[in-house]
Amino acid sequence: MTTFEAILFTIVTASTPLLIAAIGELVAERAGVLNLGVEGMMAMGAVCAFAAAFTFDSTLIGIVMGMVAGGLMAALFALAVLGLAANQVGAGLALTIFGLGLSGLIGAPFVGQTRPRIEEWPIPILSDIPLVGHALFSQDPFVYVAFGLVVGTAYFLARTRAGLRLRSIGENHASAHALGLPVLKMRVMAVIFGGICAGLAGAYLSLVYTRFWAPNMTAGRGWIAVALVVFAAWRPTWALVGALVFGAATVLQLHAQAAQVGLPSQLLAAAPYIATILALVLLSIRRGRAVGAPGSLGTPFVPDR
Amino acid sequence: MIAATALADLPPASVPPADEASALVSLRGVSKRYGDLLANDSIDLTLAPGEIHALLGENGAGKSTLVKILYGVIEPTAGEILWEGRPVTIASPVAARALGIGMVFQHFSLFEEMTVAENVAVALPERSFETVREELAEVSRGYGLALEPDRSVWTLSAGERQRIEIVRCLLQKPRLIVLDEPTSVLTPQESERLFETLTRLSAEGTAILYISHKLEEVRRLCRSATILRGGKVVATLDPRAKSAREIAAMMVGSEVGAVRAHLSKGLSDEVLRVESLSLPPEALHGKHLRDVALSVRAGEVVGIAGVAGNGQSELFAALSGERLSPNAGDVVIAGTGAGRLGIDARRRIGAAFVPEERLGHAAAPGHGLSDNTVLSHHATSGLVRAGFVAFSEAAKIARSVVGHFDVRTPSDDPAARKLSGGNLQKFVVGREILRGPKLLVVDQPTWGVDAGAARLIRQALVDLAAKGAAVLVISQDLDELFEIADRMAVISEGALSPLRPAAEWTREAIGLEMIGAHAEADAVLAREPA
Repeated sequence: MTTFEAILFTIVTASTPLLIAAIGELVAERAGVLNLGVEGMMAMGAVCAFAAAFTFDSTLIGIVMGMVAGGLMAALFALAVLGLAANQVGAGLALTIFGLGLSGLIGAPFVGQTRPRIEEWPIPILSDIPLVGHALFSQDPFVYVAFGLVVGTAYFLARTRAGLRLRSIGENHASAHALGLPVLKMRVMAVIFGGICAGLAGAYLSLVYTRFWAPNMTAGRGWIAVALVVFAAWRPTWALVGALVFGAATVLQLHAQAAQVGLPSQLLAAAPYIATILALVLLSIRRGRAVGAPGSLGTPFVPDR
Repeated sequence: MIAATALADLPPASVPPADEASALVSLRGVSKRYGDLLANDSIDLTLAPGEIHALLGENGAGKSTLVKILYGVIEPTAGEILWEGRPVTIASPVAARALGIGMVFQHFSLFEEMTVAENVAVALPERSFETVREELAEVSRGYGLALEPDRSVWTLSAGERQRIEIVRCLLQKPRLIVLDEPTSVLTPQESERLFETLTRLSAEGTAILYISHKLEEVRRLCRSATILRGGKVVATLDPRAKSAREIAAMMVGSEVGAVRAHLSKGLSDEVLRVESLSLPPEALHGKHLRDVALSVRAGEVVGIAGVAGNGQSELFAALSGERLSPNAGDVVIAGTGAGRLGIDARRRIGAAFVPEERLGHAAAPGHGLSDNTVLSHHATSGLVRAGFVAFSEAAKIARSVVGHFDVRTPSDDPAARKLSGGNLQKFVVGREILRGPKLLVVDQPTWGVDAGAARLIRQALVDLAAKGAAVLVISQDLDELFEIADRMAVISEGALSPLRPAAEWTREAIGLEMIGAHAEADAVLAREPA
């Protein structure tokens, strides 16, 4: 394995949690719900996954518990903003603060513990492709799940009837309601899907990426995921590009710091954020027509019966 | 003065008004209460198969509420609905569609970023996209409603959008179709095609509930009508047996007088001149203004007709200074090149502006009327001294607007959003007129306003011109323009037709200009000199 291949490999692993969380948020936003609680759901996913995996000594149970925790947090959010029509921005910020705080409490007994490395699952033949084969096809299962999510979500939104209905609800909920679509029910499902994805992304962080738990270990990745959705113009494939650019910049700036390039480390640490914004701005310029948010994004829906 | 309608006569619908026994649907004593407001007060309504029945009434008379009840969007507080003689509960739009009730909405229930085929598919029960496309093509051909399945809705005109709604409705094989103000966004020619489709559907046995406030078309299309006022049925009648004027009186509850024409006609200098103004669109899906030229002289009302979304808002923004023009000389107000001046500078040289959207653009919804007075008066009425606002002065001006323009307020100095549409519109128009402008530009002065308020506003505009001001009215309401305008032009796709005296225009020619067919419009005008 060359250095280049090793760097490529770490770029993909750094992108994976962002991608999983961004896809979840993207689905919720396409349904018209802005959930700013990704960071909190991710933190809860990370701590619950680690705690369960450590207690039962099973990575699988950990993953499941991470997803359940994210899903429950999202259900709480759905109750507030869909059940009670609360303000989505306020409720989302509250969810993040709540999730970060609660995860610290739950995780306190587990600080300093570590989990064993999980096995990679190399895919025969594909993993032997020169240069990219190792980075893409000799990864842990999470990475494959993330790529599967992108393809599956893109197909779901563009090609299936349920996806069409979900988009129409996000585009104009009053019209969708008038046509008889179950606006609130579909939104609840989309929000919970987003929560499960955020939980899975958190589980990846604590079980694979670092293999330990520390308070605030999500380190703003939830926010990056939210930003990725906007910059990706609510398209799953662009979210993939955005996540990879962010992952690449994260990894490369670490190497740059190690190589003593003579730039202030703070500037290098900011590089991933700048690179992601630039890459996605360029993408949207190339597309010609400006891309708008789903028409009903962030607006509460209250049917007048 | 109301210009004669150019609509051709259609064969009368062959079905007599329904009696209970043969009825497709009957509403009995249907009521809907919102808090203290009785939006519908024990309404009875009966439709037979194949009947085209008009539902008439002013804004706020309860038409929309009744239709939403029929379509299962809202639940009635009391009363029952019989479908073919059996009592039914319509719990949701899905239930309404299962019964055979289809709906064509006034504000289209379409999804802008989606294609025509997707918009149709989303409303239909499970079937493949290929099947949807085939059925779409079939119905489009069968009823002459041309549609391209892969176009995005945002690229389509209002007429095309309505076709999507109608086709979507027809694909569900409805037995009753409800149309809510279907012609309000159509050109006269598009309306004509709609009437042909409706007449065919009626001949095939489909009942149609036709909601409108355009009495001439109702009298042509419908043999029965129900008139609502204040949530109650005031009459059920054959609309052809009464004059439009008598029906209007029943809708409003009192006679609505016609606008008195100008007294003085002393035309003099140009107050507004626009020359070869071109502006690229600013907003997504906006219109490009192309080589617009027009002039308004002191003492006249100039009208700009056109179907919504053809560049009216862009033209208004360019005139008001919300968007600057490339050259100062593109917009000349009272002899001053104003193209590069902002909105306050234009106000200082005697211009006043009333935008289309009264709540949010013309007035701040949560602020009182006196605060809202400051918004447009601060540059010219001496309300701001050394950076401080003279609120008592502002309140005095606001009270004067309320007094002069008969604005009914629920309290002293209420928040703008507490006023009804008609009263707020009277306020925002009156606020500008009381400044005594040399030029007034108004976009959609009576959109969604009750007949009484509309008449008062039109009279005020005519009176302002009679006092020697120049008035430019942008409106989608052709009747309104024919009533008050001295000269008119038509805007289409951001380009403006030549200005002609209103008396020279015919509705047919305006309809042709609305779709950009200038040569045909000229031919029509040459053929029938008015």
